[in-house]
Amino acid sequence: MKRRSLMKAAALMAAMGIAAPAVAQDAEKKIIGVSIPSATHGFMGGLNWHAQDTIKRLGAAYPNLEFVLSTAGDPAKQVNDIEDMMATRNIDALVVLPFESEPLTAPVKAVKDAGKFVTVVDRGLSQEGIEDLYVAGDNTAFGRVAGEYFRDTLPAGAKVVVLRGIPTTLDNERVDAFRAALEGSEVQILDMQHGNWNRDDAFAVMQDYLAKYPQIDAVWAADDDMAIGVLEAISAANRQDEMWVIGGAGMKEIVKRIMDGDKQLPVNVTYPPALISSAIEMTALNFVSNAPMTGRFIISSQLITPENAEQFYYPDSPF
Amino acid sequence: MKIDLHTLGPLVALVALVILGAALNSAFLAPANITNVLARSAFIGLIAVGMTFVITAGGLDLSVGSMAAFLAGIAIIAMNAALPTTGLNWGTILIGMGVAILGGVLAGYLNGALVTKARIEPFIVTLGTMSIFRSLVTWLADGGTLSLDYGLRTLYRPVYYGGIGWITWPIITFAIVAILGEWTMRHSRFGRHVEAIGSNDRVARYSAIDVNRMRLLTYVLLGVLVGLAVVLYVPRLGSASGSTGVLWELEAIAAVIIGGTALKGGRGRVWGTVVGVLILSLIDNILNLADLVSPYLNGAIQGVIIVLAVVLQREKRTAEER
Repeated sequence: MKRRSLMKAAALMAAMGIAAPAVAQDAEKKIIGVSIPSATHGFMGGLNWHAQDTIKRLGAAYPNLEFVLSTAGDPAKQVNDIEDMMATRNIDALVVLPFESEPLTAPVKAVKDAGKFVTVVDRGLSQEGIEDLYVAGDNTAFGRVAGEYFRDTLPAGAKVVVLRGIPTTLDNERVDAFRAALEGSEVQILDMQHGNWNRDDAFAVMQDYLAKYPQIDAVWAADDDMAIGVLEAISAANRQDEMWVIGGAGMKEIVKRIMDGDKQLPVNVTYPPALISSAIEMTALNFVSNAPMTGRFIISSQLITPENAEQFYYPDSPF
Repeated sequence: MKIDLHTLGPLVALVALVILGAALNSAFLAPANITNVLARSAFIGLIAVGMTFVITAGGLDLSVGSMAAFLAGIAIIAMNAALPTTGLNWGTILIGMGVAILGGVLAGYLNGALVTKARIEPFIVTLGTMSIFRSLVTWLADGGTLSLDYGLRTLYRPVYYGGIGWITWPIITFAIVAILGEWTMRHSRFGRHVEAIGSNDRVARYSAIDVNRMRLLTYVLLGVLVGLAVVLYVPRLGSASGSTGVLWELEAIAAVIIGGTALKGGRGRVWGTVVGVLILSLIDNILNLADLVSPYLNGAIQGVIIVLAVVLQREKRTAEER
């Protein structure tokens, strides 16, 4: 059981501090606050795991860095968390994945105005120029890479159904890029409904697609949780041989099946939850190295194929 | 005999939806689609039948969705843990089913005891247990997903997908529970006591009804039915996570109210609840089958139908009072 390993990380950090005198011991103590949404679904679960993992590793590597991690179930709680970090822990840097852009903009700006280093992850704030560092996945590429695979793989006249996520700008960007990639090809999109990035919802939507359309050649489930529900609906209708499914984000069970050459899941598109690790790591480097760490860092979405699947497979992660 | 249009309101709405669905898409009445819709309704349906008793007795339970997720989680953990000793057979699955049902009894007892013994408002109690169950399952899954062992899944799968012809086990279970529920509400002493408590618990107490015990029993009954829903739910996807069963409580409560049970208690109608559940799942199904409106508006259509159904109830009540 390696959950809630913060205490352990702190202990480890203290131990390493004694054991590794070579690392700038006289350096000033810096506190980095990390505020992320709580693990309410697969992707966020993975993100939480990677955040804890990175904090443990960095705490051991840099004894003069201290980390404060908080997870929030809604934007209001996240605002409180950030205010608490400022008031009680006197943080030197904040790594924040905003629950929603609008409500978090003012509180994060207050942190910046207090002269702290601010890293914003994945969801931009509604006002530009607040953050020192912006780390995000590429939603447009996420849709485009998937769309290009459909365009290049499917024969002319093929029919495709799409499951969308929770209605958000993020989902719109993905779907628009997917549509744009298919434009001009002979591949036809039959339907797009919201599966809300949820297995059960995706299962129900896919069952209805299967009832409605006699011919479906491929499904863009756009998320691996939804892909699981979709696959189950397809096999309940006994139509496994008619269509394949592309999910997204690189859930370990799905990556494993791609590694094993599953015909129903030919490829996957990454949107790595480990992007939080990049953000925390770069923020830490800002304090322990001379490397410039300001600007925008966009993590591209890559195509996972049976050939390269191994390098995207994290068996220990819950996602 | 005079036909009471208000009582039959939900049924009329259901028939109208079926006609609408059939007119919009010929696939709607295909056996495969009917099986899908009925089987999907079974989870909410079982829970809603239990909820009818709780609400009729003047209570409320907001924790059922989280409870379902939590019970699915512990059932999966129990089966995975038992697998090495008991082996790949129905015995292991029966252990999982037992854990789900027993867990349901205990969880329902917890809610009921807090309401009746500690005398806390049911809304507050179940709001609390709702968050407790939800975060427990997230914690058990380490923020990810709990998955049932692949071999067990394959063995367990027919419980959701199999059945007699196109009538799958969830449909059969739902039908039996609905009939038993209707009978209990109408003809058993328990049902009469539940209605009496809900309409006036002081009078019920003076009539020598053990009010607290009856109330507690309604929560335990609901817990058992949540457990039964979980027994049918786990084989469907073989997994549970923090997003399992989100908002099931509201769907179940909405189904109960659409069906004509009074939210303030005292009048329960199990057949109405069944109609309410079917109305809710048909709306979803029809909106998916026909591109009537932008998918962004699906929620709005559902909202309109729920409110309309309650408006019908309201008219009935004023007519009665007159």
